[in-house]
Amino acid sequence: MSTVTFRVFRGDRNGGELKDYTIEVQEGMVVLDAIHQIQAEQAPDLACRWNCKAGKCGSCGAEVNGKPTLMCMTRLDTLDTSKPVTVRPMKTFPVIRDLATDVKWNYEANKKIKPFTPAPNTDWIMFQEDVDRVQEFRKCIECFLCQNVCHVLREHDEKTGFIGPRLLVRTASLEMHPLDVENRLDMLKNEGGIGYCNITKCCTEVCPEHIHITDNAIIPLKERVVDEYYDPILGFFRRLFGSKKQTQAPSSGQAADD
Amino acid sequence: MSTKPVTGIESRKTDRQDAWWIEPLFTVLSLGLFGLYAFWVALNRQHYEYGPYLSPFYSIPLPGVHAKDLDWLAISPAFLVLWIPLGFRATCYYYRKAYYRAFFWDPPACAVPELRKAYKGERAFPFVLNNLHRYFWYLSVPVVAFLWYDAIKAFFFEDGFGIGVGSLIMLGNVILLSYYTFSCHAWRHLAGGCLNCMSKHKTRYTLWQRISRINESHGFWGVVSMLSVWFTDVYIRLCSMGTITDIRLF
Repeated sequence: MSTVTFRVFRGDRNGGELKDYTIEVQEGMVVLDAIHQIQAEQAPDLACRWNCKAGKCGSCGAEVNGKPTLMCMTRLDTLDTSKPVTVRPMKTFPVIRDLATDVKWNYEANKKIKPFTPAPNTDWIMFQEDVDRVQEFRKCIECFLCQNVCHVLREHDEKTGFIGPRLLVRTASLEMHPLDVENRLDMLKNEGGIGYCNITKCCTEVCPEHIHITDNAIIPLKERVVDEYYDPILGFFRRLFGSKKQTQAPSSGQAADD
Repeated sequence: MSTKPVTGIESRKTDRQDAWWIEPLFTVLSLGLFGLYAFWVALNRQHYEYGPYLSPFYSIPLPGVHAKDLDWLAISPAFLVLWIPLGFRATCYYYRKAYYRAFFWDPPACAVPELRKAYKGERAFPFVLNNLHRYFWYLSVPVVAFLWYDAIKAFFFEDGFGIGVGSLIMLGNVILLSYYTFSCHAWRHLAGGCLNCMSKHKTRYTLWQRISRINESHGFWGVVSMLSVWFTDVYIRLCSMGTITDIRLF
């Protein structure tokens, strides 16, 4: 058993301060355990969102020693506990109180993405090789750590013209779906703002589900946008032979949310 | 219990305690030194050939044209080659990550604050040109093909077939360059990534799977192939200058 000091943000959207709490820790503890111990012993009013303690609900996202992470998946023995451990809320989103942030912007931005749209009279048989890529994206637990670390949202607060890595992953899961016929490339280029992404891969680095966000979702989407808007030779052949891609949803209105 | 106020100035700092600055520093040093070396080699116009060995910097991607035949050019023949790999690497998705982090600090590392406020990403000139990556890939394929030709030629000495240390270095170099070129994200997209129904395109699906496997290490191939180009040129240069002797193994 040893003693560790945690420097935890206390405050709300108007500001706050870092407060030091020194507790006794045991082998195997994670940061969320330490926060719970601080709640139990020293600060019962410390606000923190959590649910599963198993890295599957995506609720306890925070910044531990400056790194966006899930508190329940960050073991204390991976940190240098000889110095105070800093725990702050996710920087990109407004603080509600202490470590709890308001992530509702993500759900608003999600409305820009057209829902899953199958062709009329779709034959619902799919093969595994058709859905391998999409299944990786379905692992997302919506912890929004990727949104938090993305410098376009975090540093430049570009929340009107950019949807962020999480929603680019969702768009990829729809665009690459074998039975979807909707075209979201115009949204990606314009209000989705995929051009803001400069492939610095921080979203991939922080993803607790180890989704290859950049390599398997964002870059393939960027290449699809290049197909449509930046490749003059492909554009010439598309005009010559006609595009296979549908630009309008089918009129039968079989749209359904995924 | 002590308290520490959260101030505006503090928000420009990072709480990260690890050595996040090592990666951008390594990138600045490696890309900067390689760029200076490549520029010097191109201007130098000497010692790029030794026996059957030809420096990759002077491998002209035109059939029957040797760098020696272009001595009459006002500019170095190396510049006829270098713009293609330079364009390919400058628009490469791996190198984009590396130089945006290291040279532009957009951002220098994850969750580390940036220096500048204005940011347009790849929506405006000049970085919108990164969307032309696939065109540089098209141009890079013949360059690699000519490097394979040079590597095979490096096994044929004046007295016939043989294996020298230089032959193996040139072969290793072109293998690494091939891995880098054919693990490209744009090629992965063109080969099969653009499809939604893989089951209807079995051959392209298999190709896409194989590219995807080596694509996972695209950054690794990018760095080691750059180092191997440097090493191959240094080896041939030192042999040509008489500083070292090429060893014939066979």
